[in-house]
Amino acid sequence: MMEPGLYHLLFVSTALFFIGVYGFFTRRNLVTMLMSIELILNSVNINFIAFNKYLWPHKMDGLFFSIFVIAIAAAEAAVAIAIIINLYRSHQSIDVERAEEMKF
Amino acid sequence: MNLLLLILLPLLTIVTILLMRNAAQVKWAALLGSTGQFILALVLLFGFRQERSAGNEAQILFELQYNWFPAWHISFHIGVNGISVAMILLTAFVVIAGVLVSWNITKMTKEFYCLLIMLSLGAYGFFISLDLFILFFFLEIAVIPKYLLIGIWGSGKKEYAANKLALMLMGGSALVLVGLLGVYFGSSEKTFDLVTLSQTHIPIEIQKICFPLLFVGFGVFTALFPFHTWVPDGHSSAPTAGSMFLAGISMKLGGYGCLRVATYIMPDGAKEYASIIIVLSSIAILYGAFATMMQKDLKYINAYSSVSHCGFVLLGIGMLTKTAMTGAVMQMVSHGLMTALFFAVIGMIYERTHTRQVNEMGGLLKVMPFITTVLFIVGLCSLGLPGLSGFVAEMTIFMGSWQNPGTFHRIATIAACMSIVVTAVYILRAIGQTAMGPLKEGYENLTDATWNEKLAAIVLIAGIIAIGLAPFWLNDLVSPATEIIMQKLGAVHP
Amino acid sequence: MPNTILIALIPLLPLAAFLLLGLYGKKYFKNFSGIIGTTVLLLSAAFALYTAYGYFFEYGKIDGIYQKLVPLQFTWLQFSPGLSIDMGIILDPISVMMLVVVTFISLMVHFYSLAYMKGDERFPVYYAFLGLFTFSMLGLVMASNIFQLYIFWELVGVSSFLLIGYHYDRPSAVAACKKAFIVTRFADLGFLIGILVLSFHANTLDFNTLIQRLTVDGSHELHTAYTSMFLGASALTWGTVLVFIGGAGKSALFPLHIWLPDAMEGPTPVSALIHAATMVVAGVYLVARMFPVFSMSNGAMHVVTFAGIFSALFAAVIACTQTDIKRVLAYSTMSQIGLMMFALGVSGSNLESGSLNYSHLGAGYTASMFHLFTHAIFKALLFLGAGSVIHFIHSNEMKDMGGLRKYLPITHITFLIACLAISGVPPFAGFFSKEEIMLAAWQHNTVLYYITLFTSGLTAFYMFRLYFNIFWSKGVIVHGEHHGEGGFAMMLPLVLLAIGAVAAGFIPFGNFISADGKPLESEFHWQFSIAPVAVGLAGIFTAMWLYKNKSNKPAAIVTSLGGFYKAAYNKFYIDELYLFITKKIIFNLIGRPAAWFDKNIVNGLVNMTGNTTLIISEKIKGFQSGKVQQYAIYFLAGLIGLAVLFIYLWKPG
Repeated sequence: MMEPGLYHLLFVSTALFFIGVYGFFTRRNLVTMLMSIELILNSVNINFIAFNKYLWPHKMDGLFFSIFVIAIAAAEAAVAIAIIINLYRSHQSIDVERAEEMKF
Repeated sequence: MNLLLLILLPLLTIVTILLMRNAAQVKWAALLGSTGQFILALVLLFGFRQERSAGNEAQILFELQYNWFPAWHISFHIGVNGISVAMILLTAFVVIAGVLVSWNITKMTKEFYCLLIMLSLGAYGFFISLDLFILFFFLEIAVIPKYLLIGIWGSGKKEYAANKLALMLMGGSALVLVGLLGVYFGSSEKTFDLVTLSQTHIPIEIQKICFPLLFVGFGVFTALFPFHTWVPDGHSSAPTAGSMFLAGISMKLGGYGCLRVATYIMPDGAKEYASIIIVLSSIAILYGAFATMMQKDLKYINAYSSVSHCGFVLLGIGMLTKTAMTGAVMQMVSHGLMTALFFAVIGMIYERTHTRQVNEMGGLLKVMPFITTVLFIVGLCSLGLPGLSGFVAEMTIFMGSWQNPGTFHRIATIAACMSIVVTAVYILRAIGQTAMGPLKEGYENLTDATWNEKLAAIVLIAGIIAIGLAPFWLNDLVSPATEIIMQKLGAVHP
Repeated sequence: MPNTILIALIPLLPLAAFLLLGLYGKKYFKNFSGIIGTTVLLLSAAFALYTAYGYFFEYGKIDGIYQKLVPLQFTWLQFSPGLSIDMGIILDPISVMMLVVVTFISLMVHFYSLAYMKGDERFPVYYAFLGLFTFSMLGLVMASNIFQLYIFWELVGVSSFLLIGYHYDRPSAVAACKKAFIVTRFADLGFLIGILVLSFHANTLDFNTLIQRLTVDGSHELHTAYTSMFLGASALTWGTVLVFIGGAGKSALFPLHIWLPDAMEGPTPVSALIHAATMVVAGVYLVARMFPVFSMSNGAMHVVTFAGIFSALFAAVIACTQTDIKRVLAYSTMSQIGLMMFALGVSGSNLESGSLNYSHLGAGYTASMFHLFTHAIFKALLFLGAGSVIHFIHSNEMKDMGGLRKYLPITHITFLIACLAISGVPPFAGFFSKEEIMLAAWQHNTVLYYITLFTSGLTAFYMFRLYFNIFWSKGVIVHGEHHGEGGFAMMLPLVLLAIGAVAAGFIPFGNFISADGKPLESEFHWQFSIAPVAVGLAGIFTAMWLYKNKSNKPAAIVTSLGGFYKAAYNKFYIDELYLFITKKIIFNLIGRPAAWFDKNIVNGLVNMTGNTTLIISEKIKGFQSGKVQQYAIYFLAGLIGLAVLFIYLWKPG
C-alpha cells in the first residue's frame, strides 16, 4: 500500500479549505457557517501537521501551532455561539441574511 | 500692551455668559465684554501710535512668544503691525454693534451670545498670530460658530445655507492647510513662523504651487470669484448679527490672509499669479455689481454688493503697488464697517416690516426717520460718497492701480471704476424704493429705532466717518506695513 | 495778505448750519431754522465780499498780474510721494468771483425760501440741505487740488440729489433725483479716469503744479503726456476730454443733459440755486480752472467747442416747444451753459495750427466767465420769479397762466428785466457778456458765429414766449382771496437780483478776470453789436406777435412744422433712447444674464459638487450591504487579487 505523501495531505487540506469557504459563502444558517469556519481552521491544522511531519520531522512547531489553533477555535466557537444565541434572541432567527442592520 | 488680553477677554466673557442665569444678564455680560474689547482695541490703536511716534520702527510691535509644540517648531507667537491693528479695530467695532442689534434675540440667548463672542475670539486670535499654525487654529475657531449661528438662528433656507457656507469655508481652510504645510516643508527653515518665513527664501517651485493654494483658500473667505456663492445664501439666511459678523469680520479674515500671509511670504508666487488675480477680481467687481442690480431682497443686494466690494480688496492686492495695497486694507476696514451697518439696518427694517423685498416697501422715511437716515448714509458710503469711508478706500485703490502702467492693468482699473456707476444705480434703486416714494399701506404705525439700535448704528457710523473725514490716520497706520510687503516684492513697480 | 480763517469760514459756516439743523433742527429749531440758515449765509456772503474786495483791490495783484494764491493747504491723504489729496484754498480771479456768486445767490435763495417753504413740515431739513449744498459748492470753488475738487464735486452731486428728492413721497421726484445722480455719476466716471490719467503723467494732484507741469513747453511731463498714445489720441487729450465729460455731466451738456429738466421736480428756489446759477456751471468752472491744460490739446478744445455750441442750439430749439415753465428755464440754462462752454472752447490755443486767427487769445475765457457771472444773476432771478408765479398759481403749466401782470406786479417787472437781460438787449447784463462771446466766436470761426447768432435769436424768442404766456395772453380768473406775491421775503431777492441784472454788465470784467491773470483789453465795437441786438429784438417781436394776445397763430405754426415740432416737444427722444439703452440693453443683456449666470452656473456648480458627492455615495453605498457573506467574498476576492499581484505580476527589481 502506498504511503500517503505530503501532496496527498495538502490536497486533502486544500479541499477541506475550499469546502469550508464554499460553506461559509453559501450557508445562511450561522451555525453551519461556524462549522464551515471550523473546517477552514482544520484544513490549516492539517497543513501545519503535514508540513511538520514531512519537512521538519525533528521539530514540534507545527504540532504546537495546531494545538494553539484548536484552542483558539474552541474559544472562537464559544464567542460565536454566544453571538448566535444573542442574535437568535433579538431576531428569532439565525439566518445571516436577516441580520443586516449594519449596512450603510 | 499685552496682546493676550485680546484673547483672554473674550474667553472670560464666554465663561461669564455661561454662568449667567437669565437672558437679561447674558445680554449685559455680552455688552460689557464687547465694550471691553472695544476699549482694548482703542488702547491698542493709541498704544501702537504712541510706540510709532516714539520712534519704534520695529516691524512687529507688542510681540510675545511661548513654546507650544517645540518638536515641530510651533510656537505661540503673537504681535501686531499696522494692518492687524486696523483689522482688530474693525472687529471691535462690528462686535459691539452686533451685540447691540441682537438685543431682541429670545431663542437660546446664552448660546447665541457665546457663539458671537467666540467668533470674535477667533478673529482677534487670527489677526494677532504670527505663527501660521496658530493662525490656522484661530481661523477654524472663527468658522464653526458661523455654521451654528446660521443653522439655529437663521431664516429661510438656513440649513442649506449653513451647510454650503461651512463646507465652502472648510474647503477653503483645507486649501490653506495644504498650502501652509507646503510652505512648512518647502522652506529651508521648517517653521510656521511668519516673521522667520518672511526672511527666508522659499524656492520658486514651491511658491508656484503653494501661493495659489493659500490665495484661493483665503480667497474663498473673501468671496473670490467664482468661489463667492456662499456669500448671498449665507448672508441672507443668517440672523442680523450673524450677517454683520460674516461680512464685517469673517470676509476680512480672507483678505488679511491673502495679503499678510500669501503675498507676504511668497512674493514670487504673487507676481506669477497677479494677472489672474486681477482678472478674477475685476470680474467679481463688475459682475457682482451687475448681479446686485437684479436683486430684490435687501439682504441679497448687500450680499452681492459685498462680492463687488471685496473684489476691490483682491484687486488692490493683485495690482502689486503700495498704494493699491494700502487701499485694499482700507477697503477691508471700510467695507467691514459699512456692510455691518447695512446689515444692521436691514435687520432693523425687517423687524418692523417683516419683509426684505424692496418692492413691498415704500416711503419708510416718513415713519422711521432715524433708520432710513442710516440707510441713506450707508448707501451713500457704499456708492463712494466723499466724507464716508468707501470713497477713501476706493480712490486709494484706483490711484494705486493706475500707478501700475501696464495696459492690461489700466483696462482692469477702468473696468473697476465703472462699478461706481453701477453701484450708484443699485443703491439708489434700493433706497428709492424702500425709503422714498409714497408710504405703503399698513406701515403707518411702525416705530423708529430703539436705544440699542441707535447706539449700534452710531458706533458704526462714527467709524465710517472717522475714516471718511480723516483718512490720514488709517493711511499712516497701514502704509508702513504695506511698504514692508512691497519691499519684499522687490519694488518691481513704483 | 488774505485772512485765512475768514476765508475758511466762508464754506465752514454753512457746514455748521447743516450739522446743527440736520441733527437738532427738528427738535429745537423747528420754526426759526430758516432764520439761522439765512443769518449764517449772510455772514458767509459778507466774508466772501470782503475777500473779493481784498483780493481784487489789495493783495491779489502783483506786477499787474492776478496771482494764484494758496493761503491754506494740508495733506489729507497721501497716496504716494508726490500724489496726495490736499485740502486747501485757492484764490484766483475765478474762484473769488465764484465765491461771491455762490454766496450771494445762495443768500437770496435762503431768504426767498423763508416765505416760499413756509409751513413745510421738513423746513429744518430743507435748510440743512441748502447749507450742505452751499458748503460743497464753496468747497468745490476753492479747491486747490483736483481730487479735492472731485470730492466736493461728488458732495455737490449728493446734495443736489437730496434737494431734488426733497418731496420724497412724490414718485416723480424720486425718479428725478435718482436720474440726476446716476447720470452725473456716469459723467464723474469720466472725470475720475481723467484725473487718473492726468495725475499719472503730471505726478501731482495739485492744480498749480499740475498746470505748470503740463503746460510748460518741453517739460518732461508734457512730453510723455503728448507721446503716450492710446487709440490714436495722446494721453493729454484723453485726460482732458475725460475730465470734460465730468464737467459736461454736471453742466448738462448734450448728451448728458437729460437729468436737468427732470431735476425741476425739486422746490423752485432749489432749482434757482443749484440747477441754474451754481452747480450746473461747475463744469464750466472746471474747464476754466484747468484751462491752460485744455488749451494744450487741440482735440480737447474742439470737443469743448462743439459740445458747447451743439448743446446751446439743441436746448434752445427744445425750449421753444416746452409748456412747463420750469422746463423752459431748464433748457434755457442748458443752452446758456452750452454757450459758456463754447466760449471757452473758442478761446484759442497756443498750438501751432496756423489757419485760425489766435490774436485774441483768452477773449473767450473772459467772455465765458463774464457770462457765467451775469447768467447766474438773471437766471436765478428768472427761477425765483417763476417760483413766485408757481407759488401764486400752484401749477407749472403755461396753459394755467396768463395775464398775471395785474396780480404780480413786482414779479412781472423783475421777470421782464431778466428776460431782457438774457435776450441780450442793451444795457442789461446779458448784452455785455453775450457780446463778448459773439466776438470770440466771430474771431474764431464765422460759421460758428452764425450758429451762435441764431441761438441767441431763439433765446430771445422762447424767453419772451414764456414772458407773454405768463403775464399777458388770456387772463386767468383768480378765485376768491389770493395770497399775493409772498411778501417781503420773496420780493426782496427779486428786486436785488433785478438790480444785479441791470448793473452787472457794467463791471469791467476783463480787467479782473482773464486766462493769464493780466487785464484783458476789452474792445467794444458798437458796429459789431448791431447784428446780435437786431436778432434778439427780432426774436422778441416774433414772440410778441405770436403770444401777446391769445390767438391761433402758434397752433398754425405748430401744424406747419409738423414732425419737427413733435420731435422737439419730445426732447428729440433722447430720454427714450437712454431708457432703451438702460432698460433694454444694460438690464436685459448684462444685469439679467449676470444674475442668471450666478444663480445657475456658479451656484449650480457648487450645488453640482454637492449633488455629485451625494450621487456617488448613493451608488457605492451598496458595498456596505451589512451581509457578512458579501464582505467575506470581497475579502476573498481582495486576497486572491493580492496573491495574483504579488506572485505573478509584481516582480521587484
